[in-house]
Amino acid sequence: MSSITINQQEYALPSDPRTTLLDFLHQNLQLFGARKGCDHGQCGACTVLVDGERMNACLLLTFQLAGKAVVTIEGVADNDDLHPLQQAFIDNDAFQCGFCTSGQICAGIAAQRELQEQRPSAVWFDAYYTRLEDVKERLSGNLCRCGAYPHIIEAVTSTDSTPEA
Amino acid sequence: MKPFSVFSLQHAEDLSQVASFKHSRFLAGGTNLVDLMKHQIERPDHIIDLSGFDEANQITEDDGRVVIGAMVTNTALADYAYKHPRLSLLAQALLAGATVQLRNRASTAGNLLQRTRCYYFYDTSKACNKREPGSGCAAKEGFNRIHAILGTSEHCIATHPSDMATAMVALDARVHICNAAGVRRELPVRELYTLPGDTPHVETQLADDDLITAVSIDTVPRGTHIYQKVRDRSSYAFALVSVACTLRVNEGVIDEVSLALGGVAPRPWHAHQAEACLLGNPPSPELFAQAAEAELKDARSYGGNDYKVPVLRRTLTHVLNQASDHQRAHPSHEGAMYAR
Repeated sequence: MSSITINQQEYALPSDPRTTLLDFLHQNLQLFGARKGCDHGQCGACTVLVDGERMNACLLLTFQLAGKAVVTIEGVADNDDLHPLQQAFIDNDAFQCGFCTSGQICAGIAAQRELQEQRPSAVWFDAYYTRLEDVKERLSGNLCRCGAYPHIIEAVTSTDSTPEA
Repeated sequence: MKPFSVFSLQHAEDLSQVASFKHSRFLAGGTNLVDLMKHQIERPDHIIDLSGFDEANQITEDDGRVVIGAMVTNTALADYAYKHPRLSLLAQALLAGATVQLRNRASTAGNLLQRTRCYYFYDTSKACNKREPGSGCAAKEGFNRIHAILGTSEHCIATHPSDMATAMVALDARVHICNAAGVRRELPVRELYTLPGDTPHVETQLADDDLITAVSIDTVPRGTHIYQKVRDRSSYAFALVSVACTLRVNEGVIDEVSLALGGVAPRPWHAHQAEACLLGNPPSPELFAQAAEAELKDARSYGGNDYKVPVLRRTLTHVLNQASDHQRAHPSHEGAMYAR
């Protein structure tokens, strides 16, 4: 298993083990959707899905992912049909400069699935909490320097079909 | 990043095939180690990659003992602990830490062994006895509002940053270790970490070839579980102060209590002096103040972190009040006060 699948295409692992997944996407595959914001796992701009789970691509060494399937922002649409959350970002004006957007959308897609699967979050231990607070907690790993948060949250909640608990 | 060789470990027995443990590092999730390697703070020659260490990916229950494989992710462990109210403290602590992205990747053993987030440890242009023994400690007279107030030495005032480890100390968890000779042993998490003294670069009892294979919780303390974290933001920030507490009141007295403190010491701090003060006594605000005082009597602050002494005192007494009130209102309650 010396290969990695990215957006349904199989690739040989890079020869230098120091290559992070983020650098592999940029330098070897010319996939620039996952962004290098901080490169230290703090901003979430490089968020991708690894076997469906969201992770920071900047903190993954590519050899750690042998045999895994990665989906980046380039792989979430169905050919020319945008993913519903991509469309919701447009409809809700959920970005200004757009730098964090691909990470926000990948995180949002995963967050919606986590809500569907009823996976717990920190606010579930509060005496009272709202769906809005739950979504905010789940998206706290993605920073937006433009401060588009209200519209980002709106895009994610408006396309989330999970019933309120 | 400095070049390194990679050895892929599949089974604990493979440790005997590792050529050298000198200048080597075990790589689990990598959420901390890869970052430290980018900063050139960690510069290993050899990486022992645990990506294929699949036997350490399970959570098993045996006669009340919960054994958590070293490679179980923080997300998987939080999901599991959430479904088991007796492990609520662990779920509360895990979900209070980091972000979903990081928890999806971070491992149980890696969480225990993560390094401090002291600014001066991270800044290679500054003195740090942990990073470069003998170079001094820039934090003592620097910006030290995030630093420790208990267990420090003149050589290091860094904190252990983990929420999960704080809960593990309260739950008296044990780490399971295998070494290159194939010898297996267990060590209470309460004894895993060493205090800085004059060797702050030494942080645990582990030898270079010691691999943590699992963490177990043998007996879960009964009663109400509360993990209270105080931080600069309501999400995605390290603890300035945290309190992990389990407390049971039976026939009017505290008959079970465990307390650990996070963000205030070089290791997740077992508050055994406060525990001793509480055990066997009827709960009251006065008793809780005495317990906090017993634990804090040796506290020492360094200017920027002076506030941590009163914040810790108030957080600890608040948590004890909440837990005992909940026990009074709901006799024999176990787990979180509120959960969906």
